[in-house]
Amino acid sequence: MNAKTTIKPVRWVQKNLFNTPYNAVLTILCVWILWSISSSLFSWLGQSEWTVISENLRLFLVGRFPETQLWRMGAIVTIPILIASTLVVRRSQAWNFVLIPVGLGTIAWLANGGFGLPLIRSSLWGGLFLTLFAAAISTALAFPLGLLLALGRRSELPVIRGISTIYIELVRGLPLIGILFMAQVMLPLVVPFRLDRLLRAILGLTFFNAAYLAENIRSGLQSLPSGQSEAARSLGLNSIQTLRFIILPQALRLVTPAIVGQFISLFKDTSLLALFALFELTGIARSILSQPQFLGRNGEVYLFIGLIYWMFCFGLSQFSKRLEVRSS
Amino acid sequence: MINTIKTETPILIANDVSKWFGKFQVLRNANLQVKAGEVVVIMGPSGSGKSTFIRTFNALEPYQEGRITIDGIPLTEDIQNIDQIRQNVGMVFQQFNLFPHLTVLENITLAPIQVRKFTKTQANEIALRLLDRVGILEQAQKYPGKLSGGQQQRVAIARALAMEPKIMLFDEPTSSLDPEMVREVLDVMRSLAKSGMTMLVVTHEVGFAREVADRVIFMDAGQVIEDTTPAEFFTQPKEARSKLFLSQIL
Repeated sequence: MNAKTTIKPVRWVQKNLFNTPYNAVLTILCVWILWSISSSLFSWLGQSEWTVISENLRLFLVGRFPETQLWRMGAIVTIPILIASTLVVRRSQAWNFVLIPVGLGTIAWLANGGFGLPLIRSSLWGGLFLTLFAAAISTALAFPLGLLLALGRRSELPVIRGISTIYIELVRGLPLIGILFMAQVMLPLVVPFRLDRLLRAILGLTFFNAAYLAENIRSGLQSLPSGQSEAARSLGLNSIQTLRFIILPQALRLVTPAIVGQFISLFKDTSLLALFALFELTGIARSILSQPQFLGRNGEVYLFIGLIYWMFCFGLSQFSKRLEVRSS
Repeated sequence: MINTIKTETPILIANDVSKWFGKFQVLRNANLQVKAGEVVVIMGPSGSGKSTFIRTFNALEPYQEGRITIDGIPLTEDIQNIDQIRQNVGMVFQQFNLFPHLTVLENITLAPIQVRKFTKTQANEIALRLLDRVGILEQAQKYPGKLSGGQQQRVAIARALAMEPKIMLFDEPTSSLDPEMVREVLDVMRSLAKSGMTMLVVTHEVGFAREVADRVIFMDAGQVIEDTTPAEFFTQPKEARSKLFLSQIL
């Protein structure tokens, strides 16, 4: 052991934490706050009981989905992965039009049942699976709707521009919770067939997020110099080809971080579905906590589901970071 | 007495073209006729409408009065005519306007594949030949951002040529280049002119105009003021405004 290694930390503390009286006071204050928070946290951890998690693990993951039908969930998760990887490997346009509708149809069939499969009511759906399902479906629906609204708002046709603008400004002026209530109450009035409660909630999330996505995408469209579309048009590309090959690839790449940010907030917003008797992660947590044997275990349960939300959101933001690095 | 060369019909006819930006009139009854194989240089002070004028020839700018006919096709609001004319008219911009998300090769092959329905192999073959012609074959797989201004503009020329246009429009092709890169672009344009391409060039490059142009058009305030040979234009301009302009740039 030489003298340097022992002296260095002391020097570092002196230089960075106690270099002025003011900083010394701040350091002591911060240490005291950290100490009091962590000591109470540790004493809580000491008396916490995690059986509430381990005994209900299945409820947290899949809700009250019938055990014999769990393979359907597996299939619902696998199908999009299969489609995505096929589309990456075979970069052909024709496959898009066949695989995506077929895949979505199969998912709808597996989710709902019928045609030989037992029906599963959405009240049996729950847990992390429902959270992911609701988030994924609304994301998949909100993105194309947002794209159309963004293009509509820049359209030269006054009617389309007007409708898109009114929609976007209307939705952005309303709180999400209000839109979710409206979707529950008003959609059955305007849609001729019966919409499931879960479907109404997913549509509410979709309508809300599409408006925000539209504005994100529009900012990307607007930041492209007009020379790009002029060059494309002067080469004889028509307006759809110009959009597809020149404008959208660049505009969407520019706003990828904003779009992923919107997806992250959509993922977290699924927790509001608990207010509509849906048992996604937050809903199932609340119903577990209302059982007599788990009364008072709020800390453990909410910490656990908080960790799950965080893991997925953090994963998404890391994904977006990697996309940014790759595209620059 | 018998004038055989001049009897062919012009490939580009602009008759009394007028255009307004709001209340401001940018083109006032501008007239121009260009024959196949001619190289026409358009000069004039900034704001004279010369860029706007050539941008009307591929419908990047609409015009309100007059008539434009290109290769026998009237340029109207008919979208089919516009699409057809754009395939026959190539354009090179001051700011290059290459597509930054595509490689040099993809920049060139995109339109031949999507519009002319060439196969990828055909389009690549054409693109590589053109890149060789403009002297940057080795840059084919790079992205435009990695190229110098002069190289980018040469890619832009190759990209326009890949559609096998009958007319090439150049809108101040060297104005945003560093001085040492102007020559490499002008050299490409010079050899293009020699190959018999019909060219309309808006430029301030007097040397290029003197050496390559068949005709010089002088525009001011949205009008074509003079339409003459380069020798005449640079030595004995007729109009006072041409004289003033030349005294400023020569």
